[in-house]
Amino acid sequence: MARLQLRGVRKSFGPVAVLHGVDLDVEDGEMIVIVGASGCGKSTLLRIVAGLETATAGRVYIGERDVTAVEPAKRDVAMVFQNYALYPHMSVYENMAYGLRIRGMASNLIEQRVQETAALLGIDQLLRRRPRELSGGQRQRVAMGRAIVREPKLFLFDEPLSNLDAKLRVQMRAEIRRLQRRLGVTSLFVTHDQVEAMTLGDRLVVMNAGTAAQIATPMQIWERPADTYVAGFIGSPAMNLLPAVLEAGGRSARLEATGLSLPFADGPRPGPAGRTLTLGIRPEHLSPGPGGLTAIVDLVEPLGSESVLHAHLADGTQIAARLQGSGYSEGTLGLITTPDALHVFDRASGLRLERSAPA
Amino acid sequence: MPPDFKSADFKAADGRPAIAVLPEPWRPAGVDIVTHLILLLGVVLFALPIWIVLMGSTHDSATIGRGEVPLLPGAHALENYATAWGKGNTQRAAVPVSTMMFNSAVMALLITVGKLVISIISAYAVAFFSFPGRMLFFWAIFITLMLPVEVRIFPTFQVVSDLGMVNTYQGLIIPLIASATATLLFRQFFLTIPDQLVEAAKIDGAGPLRFFKDVVLPLSSTNIAALFVILFVYGWNQYLWPLLVTTSSDVETIIIGIVKMIGAEADTQWNLVMATTVMALLPPVAVVILMQRWFVKGLTETEK
Repeated sequence: MARLQLRGVRKSFGPVAVLHGVDLDVEDGEMIVIVGASGCGKSTLLRIVAGLETATAGRVYIGERDVTAVEPAKRDVAMVFQNYALYPHMSVYENMAYGLRIRGMASNLIEQRVQETAALLGIDQLLRRRPRELSGGQRQRVAMGRAIVREPKLFLFDEPLSNLDAKLRVQMRAEIRRLQRRLGVTSLFVTHDQVEAMTLGDRLVVMNAGTAAQIATPMQIWERPADTYVAGFIGSPAMNLLPAVLEAGGRSARLEATGLSLPFADGPRPGPAGRTLTLGIRPEHLSPGPGGLTAIVDLVEPLGSESVLHAHLADGTQIAARLQGSGYSEGTLGLITTPDALHVFDRASGLRLERSAPA
Repeated sequence: MPPDFKSADFKAADGRPAIAVLPEPWRPAGVDIVTHLILLLGVVLFALPIWIVLMGSTHDSATIGRGEVPLLPGAHALENYATAWGKGNTQRAAVPVSTMMFNSAVMALLITVGKLVISIISAYAVAFFSFPGRMLFFWAIFITLMLPVEVRIFPTFQVVSDLGMVNTYQGLIIPLIASATATLLFRQFFLTIPDQLVEAAKIDGAGPLRFFKDVVLPLSSTNIAALFVILFVYGWNQYLWPLLVTTSSDVETIIIGIVKMIGAEADTQWNLVMATTVMALLPPVAVVILMQRWFVKGLTETEK
């Protein structure tokens, strides 16, 4: 149980810079999910916290202690790997006991701890088995058990659910979350799956090209994405990002595709008329109606209670809509949105554009 | 008729093609018989010499001396084996088989163990650690594959002789220990151990030696067993090097012994030669049979 602090962590592999200075504060007992596309540096960041990689610059603190130059074994962290990395020649019991044995714990204490942890995870029937005799879900549990039994200051999860089938993944996801809450151990969880990220994290770190694009709670990220990358990454289907220009007075923007003028609900944006913007509209915030966008629907995906429509505007801009009900057909459809569903981004920098401070 | 490898030329007695890989629905009755005959022929080809040796070792020297090749057991088995084991060749100052077997066993075992130990340690270093000159060392080891004992035999002999190791076990064994083949095999195996396993061990707190002992060695056990068999047979069958480096009967190996026993044609005691040969066969056969299960496992599957 400890805080984790990262200060200006950078990492380069030779000439290739992977992390460009990441700062992060993880509170005691908090579950932070690091999410991003592959190659964004999220695994590297986790490995730096674990001590498996050395940061090129910056510092790592676990529980106020500077561990930047400390070996993995002495950081008091436990890690769950993507392919579980169980020792194939050891029984489940030995797998869980190995770390404790190396630390010189008395064998009766080890026995007790392993039994407790196994009972907690429901794997106490499997202790004599070898990893290859276990199913994927059971291996996953053993890997968790090996981490939990150590009672570390920090749990590190490196995409631990990605080798499981969809159903088991949902189940293990909930289980990990429950366990983490119950044990109250500070945790870092790396994933590329936005659903995992949204459901597991107290807060998310959305990584993009070696930087933390946004660090916030899942709902903050969903409601107020910090830039167009985050806006497009979180949410399914992805947020529609439409080029637009600011209109005089800054209270509305005109879509370049159709010339439609959309007013801002919360106030004017700074800048001269004609400032180039990107407007974001989530597919679920579109609804059928007259006087809005005219979309040509080319694919309908019925999901039961709702339908996802893939469409394009007159100039070819792709747009997706997630509408209530079913029974939509291909062809022309009018779509409207509400002003408070608009996300405004500066087009050049991609950053979210807040309303100008009241004068 | 010149040899021709068109399948049409391979006919069974009834004139139909006799290749066993015919598609299942069309399989004439003669095929099974013919394939079994071919297999039997193979077995006979392999087994007959051994059978002749085995039978020859049970007759007296006169029988074989007359040029007979007995195919049935004779009455002198015990006598022949006891003589060979205890005294060796009766006609000259020969070395008893027991001594030679002991020498061969010491040599083969120490070569095997030495090769295994050295190669697994060096493969561990090359596969798991990055240090300056790692690839240089790797290639140095790799290149020695091109220099088997036979190629470097004179310089090696010079070195061994300068060190005063002629006619000693050290001289017999040490030059044969370095093994690029085993090192490379272990390295290849080590490279298949997933990085995440290494990292899991690091986080669990296992240092390099501990990881070697607790993870690498147990995972390599089948490979070690397979190499043990191969290297033991290799060590046991060494001929050229022992021939050069041993002149004293104290360190004579069984393979050299057999060759020496044959000596001049006239007074060769073939019954004893054959008894000796049979005994020389036993240790490698025993090793192969005892370790067969692991041996096959080590060559065909990896436990991961």
